[in-house]
Amino acid sequence: MNRYVIVGAGPAGVIAAETLRDTDPAGDVTLIGDEPERPYSRMAIPYLLIGKIGEEGTHLRKAQTHYDSRGIRVLRDRVERVDAGARRLFLASGGAMDYDRLLVCTGSRPLRPPVPGIDLPGVHTCWTLDDARHIAARAAPGARVVLVGAGFVGCIVLEALALRGVHLTVLEMGDRMVPRMMNPTAGGLIKRWCEGRGVRVLTSTRVAAIRAGAAAPLQVVLDGGEVLDADLVVSAAGVAPNVEFLQGCGIDRERGLLIDHHLQTSVPGIYAAGDVAQGRDFSTGGLEVHAIQPTASEHGRIAALNMAGVPTEYRGSFNMNVLDTLGLISSSFGLWMGVPGGESVEMVDAERFRYLQLQFDGERMVGATAVGLTQHVGVLRGLIQGGVRLGPWKAQLLRDPLRLMEAWLARNFTAQAA
Amino acid sequence: MLRSLHIDPQKCTGCLQCEMACSYENEKVFNPAKSRIKVFNFHDEGRFVPYTCTQCAEAWCLHACPVEAITKNKLTGAMEVADSVCVGCKVCTIACPFGTVNYNETTGKVIKCDLCGGDPACAKACPTAAITYVDANFTGLERMRAWAAKTSAGARA
Amino acid sequence: MAWTRKILRVNLTQGTCTPEALNMAWARDYLGQRGLASKYLAEEIDPRVDALSPDNKMIMTTGPLTGTAASTSSRYSIVTKSPLTGAIACSNSGGFFGAELKNAGWDMIIFEGRAPAPVYLFLHNDRAELLSAEAIWGRSVWETDHWIHQRHQDPQIRVAAIGAGAEKGVLFAAVVNDLHRAAGRSGVGTVMGSKNLKAVAIRGELGVGNIRDPEGFMKAVVDAKAVLAGNAVTSAGLPTYGTQVLMNVINEMGAMPTRNWREIQFEGASAISGEAMHEPRASDCKPNLVRNAACFGCTIACGRISTIDPSHFTLRGEGRDRYKVASGGLEYEAAWALGSDTGVSDIDALTYANFICNEHGLDPISFGATVAAAMELYTMGVLTQAHTGGIALDFGNAEALCTLAELTGRGEGFGLEIGLGSKRLCARYGHPELSMTVKGQEFPAYDARAIKGMGLTYATSNRGACHLRSYTVASEVLGIPVKTDPLATEGKAELVKAFQDATAVVDSTGLCVFTTFAWTLADIQPQVAAACEGDWSMEKLAEVGERIWNLERQFNLDAGLTAADDTLPPRLLKEPANTGPAKGHVNELDQMLPEYYRIRGWTEDGRLKPDLRERLGV
Repeated sequence: MNRYVIVGAGPAGVIAAETLRDTDPAGDVTLIGDEPERPYSRMAIPYLLIGKIGEEGTHLRKAQTHYDSRGIRVLRDRVERVDAGARRLFLASGGAMDYDRLLVCTGSRPLRPPVPGIDLPGVHTCWTLDDARHIAARAAPGARVVLVGAGFVGCIVLEALALRGVHLTVLEMGDRMVPRMMNPTAGGLIKRWCEGRGVRVLTSTRVAAIRAGAAAPLQVVLDGGEVLDADLVVSAAGVAPNVEFLQGCGIDRERGLLIDHHLQTSVPGIYAAGDVAQGRDFSTGGLEVHAIQPTASEHGRIAALNMAGVPTEYRGSFNMNVLDTLGLISSSFGLWMGVPGGESVEMVDAERFRYLQLQFDGERMVGATAVGLTQHVGVLRGLIQGGVRLGPWKAQLLRDPLRLMEAWLARNFTAQAA
Repeated sequence: MLRSLHIDPQKCTGCLQCEMACSYENEKVFNPAKSRIKVFNFHDEGRFVPYTCTQCAEAWCLHACPVEAITKNKLTGAMEVADSVCVGCKVCTIACPFGTVNYNETTGKVIKCDLCGGDPACAKACPTAAITYVDANFTGLERMRAWAAKTSAGARA
Repeated sequence: MAWTRKILRVNLTQGTCTPEALNMAWARDYLGQRGLASKYLAEEIDPRVDALSPDNKMIMTTGPLTGTAASTSSRYSIVTKSPLTGAIACSNSGGFFGAELKNAGWDMIIFEGRAPAPVYLFLHNDRAELLSAEAIWGRSVWETDHWIHQRHQDPQIRVAAIGAGAEKGVLFAAVVNDLHRAAGRSGVGTVMGSKNLKAVAIRGELGVGNIRDPEGFMKAVVDAKAVLAGNAVTSAGLPTYGTQVLMNVINEMGAMPTRNWREIQFEGASAISGEAMHEPRASDCKPNLVRNAACFGCTIACGRISTIDPSHFTLRGEGRDRYKVASGGLEYEAAWALGSDTGVSDIDALTYANFICNEHGLDPISFGATVAAAMELYTMGVLTQAHTGGIALDFGNAEALCTLAELTGRGEGFGLEIGLGSKRLCARYGHPELSMTVKGQEFPAYDARAIKGMGLTYATSNRGACHLRSYTVASEVLGIPVKTDPLATEGKAELVKAFQDATAVVDSTGLCVFTTFAWTLADIQPQVAAACEGDWSMEKLAEVGERIWNLERQFNLDAGLTAADDTLPPRLLKEPANTGPAKGHVNELDQMLPEYYRIRGWTEDGRLKPDLRERLGV
């Protein structure tokens, strides 16, 4: 009987546990998470903050008996150390556990930027359910809130905060919002949209310090000298992978744990999935961390298949994201910044807050950014990841970029995404 | 035996009765913009192609959902969105490579074809049998491939 | 309900777009679309205004069932005062534009005044903007449609536009929507041009709701669709051949006006018929017809999508690519006017001329009929190549037809004279009797010497000669709902009145009059009654139809038309049919008209009697 241990109870871990159970019915499957709640989705936290769902609404699996009934052991514990040679791990509660295959999907944690005062009371990251509870307590309607960071995570939190009716100021070091997902035009549209809805957005702005104030609990000092009063500061300034417990295992890593085409790390028997893993990027062929839900779920499934002895090659994760900033919906796919020697087309409808840009390499689409478009956007993934040879439809799309579905239907797909 | 929507673009006249039936069945309003089935018009070729979710075996949408809001109906084979669970994160809308899961801004949830629980309104409303609800004897993907091959036959754009 | 209860008032002079509530009291009396917009027009303008002055108004209007799941729910109308006839104009169109207007949340748009510079209206749900059309002024409908889609980058936008001919005063300019559906008759496009309004572009995502009894409505809709599906004309004839199903039928019964109505049967009819559109051609082994296509919500799908033979002369040379695609093909009236009436039997030339009419926004009936009149004048030597700019206007000259379509569409050269319409052209050259028109509007494709009721139909139609005001062909030729003798005049006054009133109702619902090949008002009434608040019994609908007809009549009388305008050209009254079953027949209008006035409750000089006005509230 194979003993499978999964460290990390996020989406990758849960899907891996289920896949292992389905693939190896006799195997012993243990899922270890260090948060007190049932396995939940961080992605749902913003919706919890705005009251759209209760805490149970964040749970990855809703049925109380989901794990028990499948014979998946869920441990609330923390893995302190792994002895890769002995295939044994040590738990914070004091026990140890042997494994035949180990899956690391411990995700990442928010970085606290090196700013004086970042540890003051009232300065929070927004990552866990516990964080959400603290933020909810302070972000009452009318509260002055400063959000540090307008990247993807920052923008998700932005929406939740703004909808709670706070006075919100957003600070972003980059020259635009969501700089790693949106080009200047798209980022500019999003900024203008947010400003039109009462959010103050300061780009190219750094925090010099945070200090306790008199008129307000907190004061945020900007690099330009301006001082913002705040009841709450939310920091969303990047993340780091949770890999410290693997110290001494000898796993190769860069920005995450490096994994091969079968999602195994450089140490036999240890696999990695989700935000902690740096795996093959479908678009570039290089190794990237794609900290997104679909990658986590695909990683979890494919890692589990390989762990259970069903060799399954991973074609690579596909970089894509969708974001809702106060009702303006944007998405990006693949190599949205384009490739050398490629061609592109851009549709800008600033008045109606609509934007679409497509990037081509030869007769294939390789990347895209969309703002204000919600219908059939998934086909951008189909066209790009499917490697659809566009033929005459490339010229058509260069003229009418919105005729994506027609291009898809006319050219269908030559390579099905796997 | 599971049944599935079979679409024969050759028979489609582009009347959009399917879109109205779909939006009426699901949203209680005649509104093509809210339909889960969409007829694409290749005007210069005189061709109309109805298109909706084929309930594919990969179920990209289901796997991408962070909160288990999309589940497979074992009786119909349809991937169904539970409105009470969907938080509106839209990840499924970018995960579905067929572009058949869409965000409904009015409700803040996503919508996709659910085969109307086994009695699809679009098929009933189609006046030319371009959309029929038939026994499914091959998988979603094969069906999609066969269909796509057929719809692209003779396409010249 | 079913009405959105909202209308958009666009003052082009001031550049304002103002929403206002629909007058529900009027809606209860006039239902919607043709009836209701006619009421608005009659209330808001002086019928004597110059149709091309800023004082005229132009109303784009839907019906309560437009945009619903009812079959053929695509319809919208343009109601205005016609520059061609001086009478009230109501031109009806299908496609997808009307449903889009409804989906954007509006029952109608009233355009008033004249924009100081060319504009187009962009309507996205609640948001209405008048934007500059300087860049597309002088361009064709097709170019305008493309430009607007490029500019707004939304393939779902529906556009209704006019071409250059309309801007330059071609009096039978159409408003073309969705590239090849047209509010074609009476020069409604010319009015739009006079207002410096190039196009209306709409994106509607709000949907059509407000159905009084949704369950009852869906049941009525399903029942009515079953009637269409069970009827040979609406389930087989029209989908297969379109309205072109009539070409051979009408020709065989000797009711096919030919060469400006000098003859009554066309030797080339079968070559330009619906059947011919299915015949593979030698060059590419493909038929003219690509497929049939539906307007929004239509379960009949009579629309023709055609291509021109790639080897045809019209596709030779530079800049022809835009005609090498599938587009709106020949309907019966167009095939007749462009073909039989001009003696041209080259189906590809007709398809091309039809494309041009769509591309540039011309009414193909009035255009073809005016060319036919010009050809007769040319044959007589009254018109010469010095007039036509070197075009040999012989009957049957396909090249001349195509060239004139281009010139008229662009408003150039001799095309501007064709653009006067048959009445003014013939008068200009001293032969008003050769104009085959009533009230200045050209006839459609049924010879009133062989189908007597159509003579009365034409003479009394409120928008000038027209088959769609009382299509007695249904009864006199096809036996719908009952067969009457086409060569008899007895009973035709009653038949015409009944058809006129019933059609006025159909045109006010948002549904298509072609349904009446299978439906009667008894099939339509349950749909209206389930959708709309209020009393919509059969009796009420009959009253509404009669009220609409009389309102239009009163408008025309107030505009200065008289009983003397209720007549036919001398050719139909005096020159007997020369061949076929009707050989020797003229139209005995004088036997039908007095009785018609009497049945209508009008005086002998065709005016509404006071008790009628009181009963109908006109």
